[in-house]
Order: sequence, then C-alpha cells, then structure tokens
Amino acid sequence: MAKVWINGETSLEVKHAEGVNAVHLTVDDKDIVVSGGQTILQAVERMPGIGNIPALCYHPAVKPYGACRICTVEVSEDGGSKFRFVAACLYPVKEGLIVKTQTEKIKKLRKGIIELLLARCPNVKRVQELAKEYGVEKPRFVLGDQDCILCGLCVRACQEIIGKSAISLVNRGIYKEVAAPFYAYELSGDCIGCGDCAFVCPTGAIEMGPDGKPVLPKVKIPYAEIEAMMKKETVAPS
Amino acid sequence: MVEQVRKLLGKRLESPQELESRRQSILAEKDPSQTCISVCGGTACRASGAEAVVDAFIDTIERRELQVQVSLKETGCHGFCERGPLVVIEPKKLFYQQVKPEDVEEIIDETILAGKVVERLLYVDPVTDKTITYEPDVPFYQKQTRTIFGANGQIDPTNIEDYIAAGGYSALAKALTGMKPQQIVDEIKKSGLRGRGGGGFATGRKWQSCRDAKGDVKYVICNADEGDPGAYQDRSLLEGNPHSILEGMLIGAYAIGSRRGYIYVRNEYPLAVEHARIAIEQAMDCGLLGKNILGSGFDFTVTINKGGGAFVCGESSALMASLEGKVGEPKAKYVHMAEKGLWDNPSLLNNVKTWANVPLIINKGADWYAKIGTAGSKGTMIFSLVGNIVNTGLVEVPMGITLRQMIFDIGGGIPNGKKFKAVQTGGPSGGCIPEKYLDTPVDFDELTKLGSMMGSGGMIVMDEDTCMVDVARYFIEFLKGESCGKCTPCREGINRMSEILSNITQGKGKPEDLDTLQDLADVLSAGALCALGQTAANPVLSTIRYFKDEYLAHINDKKCPAGVCRELIQFSIDADKCEGCLRCLRECPTGAISGEKRQAHTINQDMCIKCGACYDVCKFNAVLKR
Repeated sequence: MAKVWINGETSLEVKHAEGVNAVHLTVDDKDIVVSGGQTILQAVERMPGIGNIPALCYHPAVKPYGACRICTVEVSEDGGSKFRFVAACLYPVKEGLIVKTQTEKIKKLRKGIIELLLARCPNVKRVQELAKEYGVEKPRFVLGDQDCILCGLCVRACQEIIGKSAISLVNRGIYKEVAAPFYAYELSGDCIGCGDCAFVCPTGAIEMGPDGKPVLPKVKIPYAEIEAMMKKETVAPS
Repeated sequence: MVEQVRKLLGKRLESPQELESRRQSILAEKDPSQTCISVCGGTACRASGAEAVVDAFIDTIERRELQVQVSLKETGCHGFCERGPLVVIEPKKLFYQQVKPEDVEEIIDETILAGKVVERLLYVDPVTDKTITYEPDVPFYQKQTRTIFGANGQIDPTNIEDYIAAGGYSALAKALTGMKPQQIVDEIKKSGLRGRGGGGFATGRKWQSCRDAKGDVKYVICNADEGDPGAYQDRSLLEGNPHSILEGMLIGAYAIGSRRGYIYVRNEYPLAVEHARIAIEQAMDCGLLGKNILGSGFDFTVTINKGGGAFVCGESSALMASLEGKVGEPKAKYVHMAEKGLWDNPSLLNNVKTWANVPLIINKGADWYAKIGTAGSKGTMIFSLVGNIVNTGLVEVPMGITLRQMIFDIGGGIPNGKKFKAVQTGGPSGGCIPEKYLDTPVDFDELTKLGSMMGSGGMIVMDEDTCMVDVARYFIEFLKGESCGKCTPCREGINRMSEILSNITQGKGKPEDLDTLQDLADVLSAGALCALGQTAANPVLSTIRYFKDEYLAHINDKKCPAGVCRELIQFSIDADKCEGCLRCLRECPTGAISGEKRQAHTINQDMCIKCGACYDVCKFNAVLKR
C-alpha cells in the first residue's frame, strides 16, 4: 500500500496498479504515483501543492529545452544516499526517484540564476516576481536593459507548432539574440502573423506590430548598417 | 562496382592471411640497412620551416642522383617541437635538430656520402652539456613511455604500407578472426582505459552500454575537435598516424555492431583533415574499410566531418547536433549518447587518443595495458607541454608520473633562470596548480582533487612573471567567447565573471568581488547545462584557492605583483643606473621619455601608454616596472 497525494492536501491509500505504466516518486518527502514517460516538471505541475518548481523556458506546447535552469531540482536514484542537480523540465520520472525541489542548495542556485536574469532584464515583470520570491534585492552586477531572456520559446513555437521557423536564435554566448534568420532586414513571408511567439513569450518581449507581424525584442544590430548601405547604393549610381 | 575495380587492381586484402603476407612482402622489399632520411612534418616543425627542408632534400637528392643510396620520408610529429625542424637519419637514428634548408647539402655530403656526423646540428643537453648523437638517447625522449606516439616518428602518414609494415591492422585482424564482439568489450573493460577527451569516463562501460543499446543503426565517432588553448596532441596524432585511429574505430565498430563512422575534426586542422582523408582512401583500396573487411563479412565506412569552429562542439551532444547539421549546442544527457546519440541512434564517441589506445590493448592484451599507470588511471597519456618551458613539445608518459618529473625532468624546467609559479592543466576548464603540489602524481582523480582536471592533456607552464588574476581573466574571456549561450548560468554567469576579473585587473576591484566570484562559480557548477559551463569556474576557483594574495594585492593595494596588469603598473627610470644612451627615448612610441645624451632620462607618466618598449630595450636594467 502506498500513500498517494492528490491535489496536494488530500491523500489516498492505493495498491500498486498492475499493468499500468505507473511510477512511484517521492517529491519533497511526499510519495506520489504518476504515469511514466513524462518529466519531473510535467508530473509535478499536475499535482498542485506538491513541490515548487518555477520554470521560464518551459511551455507544455513545445518540447522541453533546458535553457533557463530555474527548474533545477535535486534527485537521487539510489534511495537518497547521493543527490545530484538536474533540470526538472528534462529529467524523466523513474521508479523510486527521490526529488527535492526546495532545499537550501536549490534555493541558492535559483537565487543566483534569478540575480543574473534580473541584471540582464531589470524591467521584466516575471523576473521581478521571481526575484521577490527568492529574495534577490538588487543584482551585484551592472544592469542591462534587455527584455528577452533567450528562453527560445518563440523560436521553438514557430518551428514546432507553426512549422515555419520565421524567427531563430542567432549568434552565440552573450551575443545570442532572437532575430530573423541570417539577420534578415525584416521578417520574411514565412511569418504568417499568427502571434504564437508573442503568446508564449514569458517576458512580453515580443509584441504584435500594427502590420500584424511580431516586433522582435532586438532587431537593431545590423539594420542601421544595412540601411546605411542601401542609402549609399541609391546615391552611388547615376 | 568500385569493389570489383579494387579487387582487379589487386590491392584489396581478402583475409587476415593476405594482410600478413602483404606485411611480409613490404618488409622484404625494405632493406633495413638502407639510409632513410625522415623529416618531421608535424605542424610545429612545418611552422619552423620543415617543408622547405623537405624540398631542399628532394631537390638535392634528385640533382645529385642519389635516389638509390637514400630514401626520404616526411613523418608525423616526433614530439620535440622546441627543436624543430627535426631530421632523423635511419637506420642508426642519427638526430639533427633545428635544420635549415642551407644545412641539407652538408648533411648529404657529410652524413649520407661520407658517413660522418655534422656536429653543429646535434642536440646539446642544456643540463649536462653533453652532445647527443642518436634520437633514442635524447633525455626528452628517454624519460617518456611512447607506446602510442612513438610510431608517429617512423611512419609516413600518407602511406598505408608504412603502417602495415609497423604491424598496423594486426589488432583488427586479431579482433575479426579470434575475438567475439563481447570479448573485445570485456578486454577494453579489463584494461581500465578511461576516455582521454577530458571526462575520464570508463571506456569499456561506454562500449558496453552502446553494445547493449537497442537499435539496428549504430554510429562510431572520433572526436578530433580539439580546441583547448595550447593543446595539439589530437591534431598531431591524426596528422601523424591516422591509420591507428581508423583501426581503433574499426575495432570499436565491430565490438558494438556499427557499420558507419564519423571523424569530427576541426576545419582549422587542414593537415589532419588531409591525412585522415588519404588514410580512409587507402584503407578503402586495401579493403580495410568498406564491405566484407578482410573477408570477415563485417562492413564499415568512415566519413570525415569538418567542424564549424565552435569550441563547445567538442562536447558530445553538441558535436552530434553539429554532425546532424544543426546548431552546435549541447542538450541534456540524462539518457547517455551511447544509447541515444546521433539521430537518436546509439552512438559511440571517443577521443582521438582513446581510439589510438584500442589497437594496442587488443594486440598486447588488457593485462599488459593495466600494468601501466595508477590504480584508477591506466595506460599512458599524451600531454602538450607548453608555456614557459625549455622543451616545448608533446610528451607521452605513464599515468602517475609527478608534475615535477614532467616539467623539470622531461620539460627541462623554466627558461631564462626564472622560477616556476604554476601549471595550468586540462585546458580552459582546468585549474592552476602551484609549486607545493608538484609532487602530485598525474592521473584523473588526483588532478580533480587539486581543483583542476586531466582534460584533453594540455599543460601550460607559467613562470614567476605571470599574473594569476590575468591568467584567470584570459581563460574566462576564452570561455565567454565560446559559450553557446543556451543556458542562463553559462551565458550570463561567465560574462559577469569576466566583467569582475577585468575590473580587478584594471584596479577597479572591490573587496566583495571574491565572494561574488565564488557565488557565480557555485551557480555555474550546479546549474549549467553542459560540462563547459559546469567546469568554467575552475581557473578562477583554483587561482583564488592558491594565489589569493595576488587577488588581494590587485583589489586592496591596486598592485599587480607580477607586473603584468597595465593599469596597475608604472614604468620609471632609475637615475643611478641610466647611462643616458637615448635608446629608450628613441623606442618610445608616444614620446613620453625625455632626456639628454649621457644624462638620466625621465618618463612623463601622463604620456606613457605602458607598452613596456623601454623596459625591453634597456641594456642597463635602468627601467623599473612596479
């Protein structure tokens, strides 16, 4: 007999259901039974009151990506003697897995990540809320002015749901940004103006423009140069 | 069709017996007493002019019609790169170093025709002042165990016959005829071989899980995306002995049941790409790659894939993404790549050096192999010994040798009478190890305990003139440029570390910076997606751990004790020592130095850009840097 938590506060005693793909987990000292083949985050999301896993780059409509790292939890596969950090949005549930979502180490890690995100995007409401929850007052770093946290949800939604890839992540490292592929001057005809990217964006960095197409968070870099080049070209002939 | 043409050409080997008889006939054709000039054609020797030396030899031999008396061969890297271009004259292995094209005529006249030694081209051991005539007697080589790298100096990498003559592909023949695939995996497990790419994962275990993984299509991949600053051993191995890697991959493929292999090599290594390409072609011609290899029914082909220039593509999941034609970004590996890798098929990825170990283990046996090394790390490791060291080069030593032996006995110590300060092992994600740990045995576990790592075998030696804060800043800067930017801790964290370290080196450091760096390091190691981010803080943490005074001197006193950080040093002229020679005055690019002839000069600090030109040219040590 196992004690299974339903909706956090109520619990049931159930026998192990034979033939059903059920996986027994312990999340924050509570035993739960979930169906196999899903990730920790998916399992915990469906059980209100159990665990506390924030996530920014996760959306149920697209494949998990594991970029924001805020959903990091500690897991043990050997009954609790050894724990390690994993991203809950990617880690598959396994029989007997022990998950801890609120240890001091986890809180410190999330606080560190949120501090970095807040320094990058000090004006983003979602990040500010997380900062408040995890006790980040003021980042110790020089503040940026970005709105995009590079979670890649817009790019993945456009690719996976719409099947268009009208926008992509360009460049690498700290210079990475969301733009039209190859830094094109404007979104190509591939963009059908569906607004999916703006809908999934957790920070509101993408807004829909008056022409029915999304306005990307950062489309400045090459554009000024291209404009200058085009001006030159129009002057040069004759 | 192609197979039939090859068959008709008669090059194709149909069975292990044919391989053996081909080996015997190659050996019989070779006269062991014939003089052979072998010139090192490794990248380092080429950089010092080896190609011109080879051209001069070809030219001279042809002009003087000496083709019968002497043969010429361009081999792979010998390892003693400091003294290149190297020329070794067989059969006695006469050893000439720093050979120039002008020396060629004399070598031909004196050595080849008259049988005499050209004294001035011999190597003089700086420690004992002894002149060394033969290559095996060079102390640099004598103290090494060159089980894998030794063949590099004897083989022409563009000629498969050389490799076959040296016993090449005999391990493959043994594996195909005498061993079951599981037996091979067991042998690798028993040998205790650990991955040479950096992780140090047990190779046998990886092979087993790939063998056990379900799937009809499995891949074998060679990781030659070497990108650590200062490391070039994978490159030299692939350039100098590409067949040994192909043989290793063939054995691995047979063991796990794969028919398709890839070599993922940096595009910046054109010679390695070219030699691997030639090797694959020749192996195809000989029936050592392709269909029904050596008549065993086993098929295997290898394709070369050139990297797009991202350091992170050395990481397994990023490498496979790149092979698939996607952006080279890592993904979570909660299911091992051995089970679900390239195009979601089981994929066996090993480093160049790991593959090169495989034929050796199969030929000589796991027991022989396991005798070399320490309890937890078996076999030998190839290190690239670079930085402030007398004998720059590639060094192959058994695991467990101490850092001191490596740096002082083989490496010859620090040049110009300077003092040793630290050694940086394991590439940009490794750490700096100070003098007091020089007697630590070098193996996977010991280096990790010291806050560094084995990595791919880079070893950068630093002397007393090195600023450790600046070193940490350099490596973090490197990683900042190479971070793919996918996950927050790595993208943002490394960037912030770089900001803080730059501030410290510019005298803008704050006392709380060390705590901030520590916090960032914790976020990186626990939160980053791949090993690049997880280990990125090592250079910072190890320098803080062992050289905290230097950080404090930069932060609190605004001084750089090693005199490296420009913003924190000042050049001045010692009036007592200055002879008034005008040398520094002429050299100064900004005209900051004033003074009359035979009178002490002075530096105008407002105009000085701290380039150090005056410091370098002063013959009287009158320019002070502090």
